[in-house]
Amino acid sequence: MNLRERRKRRDAASAYSTPQEATENDSMTALDQPRPLSAADDDIGREKRLRMFRLLLELRLTEKRAYDLFLQNLVKGTSHLSLGQEAVAAGFALGMRRDDYTFCTYRGHAHTLARGAPMSGVLGELMGRECGVTAGKGGSMHLTSVEHGAMGSYAIVGAHLPVACGAAWSAQYRGTDQVTACFFGDGTTNIGAFHEALNFAAVWKLPVVFVCENNLYMEYTPIGTVTAVEHPAADRAAAYGLARTIVDGNDADAVFRTASAAFARARAGQGPALIEAMTYRHSGHSRADPAQYRPKGELDEWLKRDPIKIYRERLVSLGFPEVDLGAIEADTERRVNEATEAAKASPPPPLTLIEKDLWADGGVAWRN
Amino acid sequence: MAELTYREAVAAGIAQEMARDERVVFLGEDIGAAGGVFKATVGLFERFGPRRVRDTPISEQAIIGAAMGAAMTGLRPIAEIMFSDFFGVCWDMIANEIAKTRYMTNGQISLPLVIRTANGAGSRFGAQHSQSVENWAMAIPGLKVVAPSTPADVKALIAAAVRDPDPVIVFEHKSLYAVKGEVPDGETVDTLGSAKVLHPGKDCTIAALALMVPRALEAAARLQSEHGISCEVIDLRSLVPLDTRTLLASVEKTARLYTVEENPRLCGWGAEIASIVAEEGFWNLDAPICRITTPHIPLPAADRLEDATIPSVDRIVETVRRTMD
Repeated sequence: MNLRERRKRRDAASAYSTPQEATENDSMTALDQPRPLSAADDDIGREKRLRMFRLLLELRLTEKRAYDLFLQNLVKGTSHLSLGQEAVAAGFALGMRRDDYTFCTYRGHAHTLARGAPMSGVLGELMGRECGVTAGKGGSMHLTSVEHGAMGSYAIVGAHLPVACGAAWSAQYRGTDQVTACFFGDGTTNIGAFHEALNFAAVWKLPVVFVCENNLYMEYTPIGTVTAVEHPAADRAAAYGLARTIVDGNDADAVFRTASAAFARARAGQGPALIEAMTYRHSGHSRADPAQYRPKGELDEWLKRDPIKIYRERLVSLGFPEVDLGAIEADTERRVNEATEAAKASPPPPLTLIEKDLWADGGVAWRN
Repeated sequence: MAELTYREAVAAGIAQEMARDERVVFLGEDIGAAGGVFKATVGLFERFGPRRVRDTPISEQAIIGAAMGAAMTGLRPIAEIMFSDFFGVCWDMIANEIAKTRYMTNGQISLPLVIRTANGAGSRFGAQHSQSVENWAMAIPGLKVVAPSTPADVKALIAAAVRDPDPVIVFEHKSLYAVKGEVPDGETVDTLGSAKVLHPGKDCTIAALALMVPRALEAAARLQSEHGISCEVIDLRSLVPLDTRTLLASVEKTARLYTVEENPRLCGWGAEIASIVAEEGFWNLDAPICRITTPHIPLPAADRLEDATIPSVDRIVETVRRTMD
């Protein structure tokens, strides 16, 4: 069996289950193998793993910077950090094409960045600066960068699931093979729009992948105490004729494989998927929340499975030179610093923006 | 010219735009094979097929959300909400998502979409299937709002709504669906935000919308013949954008203003009209502005009660006659 067949078989096997890790123990003979491959040359490969590592770091460091800027009173309003959940954003984003669509929630900094929105645009938006991705009009909860496929962050729980259906419908109607990824939290599974959208997507066989980031808490309340089933998304999948899919949301490779399989099915016209990614947010729900409702020791246990930490360890074990990883870390740090300085240097938005762009003609007039 | 019913004109307007532009798609409950519960979309499914005319589950949030997602990615969807009362279950989509997205994204996202809905009383359906909620929509920045009163208008305003680059809500009136009227042949497209003076007059201005327009016209005829009062009747047709020029010019001439509104009294659209005329046309007025509205109550179902609740021709005649004395 050659490598390509082996990959195909594994992809098929992992399409709707938590994928297995790399393949070094698979039986492989010298005849199958034209040249020696290390475990890093599997279906994900070296180049993508380095991109993944870089992206994970970008998300982590930008979020940490957002928190620092908040402590300096430079980030106004609220903000909902994804610290600890980066592997979901990175794993899915790396499985997407540039013309695919992402819909996310108010906890959307990482998803917006992962599609390629500039760090200075995200930090600038949080700081209410003109360089922000929406020039300060949307704020932290409405990050949008259409040119990168980031079709908006939605601050009403559940609202974007039906909207994601519409983007997927549009792709289906136009005959493209674009896919739509729609991210939401575990709490969303208990609101009506979730159920309307899942049924709608299934009935219309839409190319949309719904991703529940189960971080165990709906805002301040343990999700298990307010949900009738153990897995708030996966255990509901059967109601819409979808497979029950749970993935380790802290393992970027596992997320990437699950995402890729779901996207491939969606592109091939085989309809939607619902994936529950198990993860944990290291900080509270929003900046106002110190997260004291969490049992003692829970955070420490999850920190052992920090997505960036385990990814770095994997890269080292796969033989990536320490010096290369260190260089990526240093470079990312430098870029986040530069983006921070650019955002700080950006002026506040001009007041002329207030009465601009309600309508497509650029204005806000409601009368003649 | 052909004589069409209002419901036939709705279908004709949608068909005209679907034939012209492949990006126009239509979705809603029972709109396709069934032709719509008010039979306002008969023939579209047969002509344009299930790919472009799509029946949906009873999922108003999904319907409106799907229209929004499709509009932001290159289509020009028309979504039907069967009764405007059902806006209550998808108001987040309309008021929080669709209305605000262009502004919040600093113009990155355009939403060229139309939401059609059956509005208004007269069918004895009771409080949850008879409301006039055009004032809800008017109150939200980012929504355009039209409410046509004739077959010709409904066809051409639907066409204008489809071609408009912004979200437009078209309030069709249930009690007008059976009304017949002349509709010009061929392609017709109206202009959003233009009121029409339907009956010239010199003693007072009556501003009306949708079902209240034919009632205002009938009242004007009786006020002229029975009481010698000359009323100028304006069909506003569009609340957003609002044609204040036509309105203020009429009041400048007549010096008196009545609004005839089917919506309940508080914050009905007439309150905004009255506010504009009070601010900008005050020195032209010879008398207080008078609003003729439905009382501030949910609608009762029984025909006797419903008829007495909605502004009637008699009530318009009586109110104008009494206050013009």
